[in-house]
Amino acid sequence: MFVIKCPYCGERDQTEFSCHGESHIARPENPNEVNDKEWGEYLFFRSNPKGMHYERWTHDHGCRQWFNVKRHTVTDKIIQTYTMGEEKPEDNNV
Amino acid sequence: MFNRNRLISGGSINRNKPINFKFNGQSLNGYEGDTLASALLANDIHLIGRSFKYHRPRGILTSGSEEPNALVQLGKGSKTEPNARATEIELYEGLEASSQNCWPSVKYDIGALNNLFSRILPAGFYYKTFMWPPSAWMFYEYFIRRAAGLGEAPKEKNPDRYEQKFFYCDVMVVGAGATGLAAALAAARSGANVLIVDEKPEMGGYLISSKAKINNIDAKDWIKDTLTELNSLSNVTVLNRTTATGYYDYNYITALQKVTNHIENSNSKLPRERFWRIRSKQVILAQGAFERPLVFSGNDRPGIMMASAGQVYMSQYGVLPGNSITLFTNNDHAYTVAVDAISKGAKVVVIDLRSNVSSEITKLCEKNKIETYNSHAVISTHGSQKVNSITLQELSEDKQSFVGEAITINTDLLLMSGGWNPAVQLFSQSRGKLRYDDQISSFVPDVLVDNQYVIGTNNGDFNLKQNLIDSQNAGISAAKETGNKKDIDEFISEANEPNEFTTSDVVPYVLGSKPVTHGSKHFIDFQNDVTASDIFLAQREGYISVEHTKRYTTTGMATDQGKTSNVNALAIMSHIQKKPVGEVGHTTFRPPYVPQTFGAIAGRNVDQYFDPQRLTAVHQWHKDNGAVFEDVGQWKRPYFYPKNTETMKEAVNRECLAARKSVGILDASTLGKIDIQGPDAAKFLNLIYTNAWSKLEIGSCRYGLMCNEHGMVFDDGVTTRIGENHYHMTTTTGGAARVMSWLEEFLQTEWLDMKVYCTSVTEQWTVLSICGPKSRDLLSSLTDEKIDNKSLPYMKMKSIKVCGVEARVFRISFTGELSFEINVPARYGKYVWDKVIEAGKKYNITPYGTETMHVLRAEKGFIIVGQDTDGSATPSDLNMDWIVSKKKEDFLGKRSFIRSDTAREDRKHLVGLLINDKKTVLPEGSHIVEEASKKPPMKMSGHITSSYFSPTLGYPIAMAMLKNGKNRHGETVLIPLMDGKIIEATITDSVFYDKEGVRQND
Ligand SMILES: [Zn+2]
Repeated sequence: MFVIKCPYCGERDQTEFSCHGESHIARPENPNEVNDKEWGEYLFFRSNPKGMHYERWTHDHGCRQWFNVKRHTVTDKIIQTYTMGEEKPEDNNV
Repeated sequence: MFNRNRLISGGSINRNKPINFKFNGQSLNGYEGDTLASALLANDIHLIGRSFKYHRPRGILTSGSEEPNALVQLGKGSKTEPNARATEIELYEGLEASSQNCWPSVKYDIGALNNLFSRILPAGFYYKTFMWPPSAWMFYEYFIRRAAGLGEAPKEKNPDRYEQKFFYCDVMVVGAGATGLAAALAAARSGANVLIVDEKPEMGGYLISSKAKINNIDAKDWIKDTLTELNSLSNVTVLNRTTATGYYDYNYITALQKVTNHIENSNSKLPRERFWRIRSKQVILAQGAFERPLVFSGNDRPGIMMASAGQVYMSQYGVLPGNSITLFTNNDHAYTVAVDAISKGAKVVVIDLRSNVSSEITKLCEKNKIETYNSHAVISTHGSQKVNSITLQELSEDKQSFVGEAITINTDLLLMSGGWNPAVQLFSQSRGKLRYDDQISSFVPDVLVDNQYVIGTNNGDFNLKQNLIDSQNAGISAAKETGNKKDIDEFISEANEPNEFTTSDVVPYVLGSKPVTHGSKHFIDFQNDVTASDIFLAQREGYISVEHTKRYTTTGMATDQGKTSNVNALAIMSHIQKKPVGEVGHTTFRPPYVPQTFGAIAGRNVDQYFDPQRLTAVHQWHKDNGAVFEDVGQWKRPYFYPKNTETMKEAVNRECLAARKSVGILDASTLGKIDIQGPDAAKFLNLIYTNAWSKLEIGSCRYGLMCNEHGMVFDDGVTTRIGENHYHMTTTTGGAARVMSWLEEFLQTEWLDMKVYCTSVTEQWTVLSICGPKSRDLLSSLTDEKIDNKSLPYMKMKSIKVCGVEARVFRISFTGELSFEINVPARYGKYVWDKVIEAGKKYNITPYGTETMHVLRAEKGFIIVGQDTDGSATPSDLNMDWIVSKKKEDFLGKRSFIRSDTAREDRKHLVGLLINDKKTVLPEGSHIVEEASKKPPMKMSGHITSSYFSPTLGYPIAMAMLKNGKNRHGETVLIPLMDGKIIEATITDSVFYDKEGVRQND
């Protein structure tokens, strides 16, 4: 069970949070202009890497805010947490 | 009292306090401080139970939590506990225990016939024999479970209480042997908050049974002094009888504390067990090591025991389990036990697998008059219920054959030692990586996780002095990491123990009189009856990977999780595969470290505390008026209100007719309610709902459907514009939280610049839904405002006073009748409800529950999201194209409507079904077929989603999702029932009553 640093509340137990999959997948600006393949990629395709993963979490039993987590999928080490709208950090330190 | 095997003095038992207990009905006695195992051995009882598969007699192998054999049924009735390890059960007055897995008794066990047939019960036997035909498995299973069970779970509810506790500390030390204590002391003196746990009642580990010295005093005394200091410090928590059972990410550790298990008839207010959930900044593992059995023919008989266990029984419990002892070893350390046994008056013969033993050992044996057989192997053991003799033979130089004649010698206790395996289970659970160490022939910690230390024998190190110094340094370093940097003096100056373990001469198995490969009884996993020959068989049959071998043979899969067996199994695999043990690999260790009661895991989250209950403000009234309740999510909702002896059907019929003919009242408070405000609220709703919201006037209500991005309907409800930038959204009862999260998700992650604020107000409002032709008359009598069709038309909302309370009255309808939803602040809910009921008497007002609500809405063909839909229906599938805006550029799910699969014409569609016989109420979930055959399988083209008897119409109605349904109105379909009957139904529109909507529109 992780300890997660909510950007708004600080370090809390994982039981207060839930994970909502990969982050930085923008909804197409104008869905009518994308083809089926592009729309399908937005809906269904996720990267599932062995290594660094950027994902969305919510602090359900806390401030109820959404934020981003940069986590290594093998070690489960959380490298960084950052707010929505912040730029995706570099994929460097492991 | 008399204990045949009890020594005159010694041990940490309390000889002033004799204790009576029963084993298999026999009255026996022991002393306070005994375990059930030590007390049984004191009474010369070695036969404890029968093995799992072959029902072989089994005794006591160890003295701790790794025990695979001595499992007993403890206690009786509702408190009985199966598979309790006799080596861990503390003796208390009146304790009753019995053997497991035997019938009619442990001495004469019918299942032992399996032993005679063991040649036909090899590994994988169950898979091979009982898997075909599949239908027969149910038949076989009954007999297999009876023949090869473990203990029995209590049949009644367990009356004990279990508690849970959260705990946070700087440094947690697992294991309170000398190393754990040294580490804890160093960390504590440095100023850290320390928790130290140990599974035993008495702390100190194996050194309390040894002749070791620490700082020139007896190890026992050093341990005592250290414990005294730790107990006196306010920054230290010392927990005995507490086993760390799971080690998870970020140093999260669970531990099971036995609080009153060991106390007779505990009437105290204390719980039976306490489950600790610990988060420690630093963790120090000091769990020690398990002695490894030797793999030889007949190594499982009662009276065959680990050498270290023999020493514990002698030193700690004052029990000498045999007088004519044989000791079978491959290392120096076990000689300590021989010397101890001789000093207690036993005769000892040592059989050493090694050809060359050191001169010190030779001298030790001469001095203590120990008879030795070097380069010898025990090739068989004898005795029906306990070992009485063993046969040995000299091994050739290369250990591959025998030289000389076999000798048989009498013995009443065979001790064995195959070296030591560090207890790496918790370390491995924490994702620490292991490496095979050739020196000690076992797996040792290699790569640690963050903020973790492994010390002493747990780390595969066996030099006492160095271990204690390392432990002290680990304690200091761990404390430093947590900011506790007080300088402390080094407190370990000297330590030594006789015959320290350095290395063992490992053979994968000991040659026997029969070849090991076929059917010999070289046991590896005692609890699951896995032999060396089973491992050979698995390799022959291609189950070569360690994970496959484990599952095929079941080695390491018993309740002890292979604590004594794993390394031996791997050594044999390595021997067969001709590659190093490290390359064979090992299986993953998983929690729990020892079996853990469900009671402790559940804690107080049982019965009414299992899940929170949500009650409306009117709940007590429903109870007082005989409501039968239904769980809807966490809500308790009235299901129906039976009068006198009414059946459910009669009650629902009455409630339905009352609502259609006069006036009914429903507590609709559970409906999800979200208050939405902000300048972008209308823009937001336009994106969330499928229909258009920009032009909705203040005071108007509109029904909306929400789709996910796949274009599938996931919630619905009526939303009302309260003010310029203010909306009141309603959701389904079960979907409220999901919708709230959905709205927040898009506001927080996609449309960050929108100014919209959502607040859940479900519990702030009590909602009284009154419906029926008399509902307007009733409401008029409770307010001064005009509420005729002109002042409050269908789909409008008015803020007025009802019964003197500020209320929002919505004229909306989920039943197809003239209907008003009166929303009042929850604190006035019960008051207004009582007033409405009082005023409604004149119209025979009838409270109705969720079942009637469901029938009424089905008559009107209104869907229930989650019942008629399952996340795979588009609005079009539900014939609800009318609510999907063609003009809006974008809304959630829109783009998906033109995906090829969603746009397909022959998807499953919502239809109504009229049952041709006009009387059968179809079970919901029934399959619809086009052609019926006598037996399944039949080709299915849909299923029933809602089905009721309609009191209004006088015949049954149903809704269904049916392939291409919207193009098939008028056709007949078949619904086969479980009893073989086949029902015919006609496809129709799903609105069964008042198609024009005259009644609700008035
Ligand atoms: Zn937070």
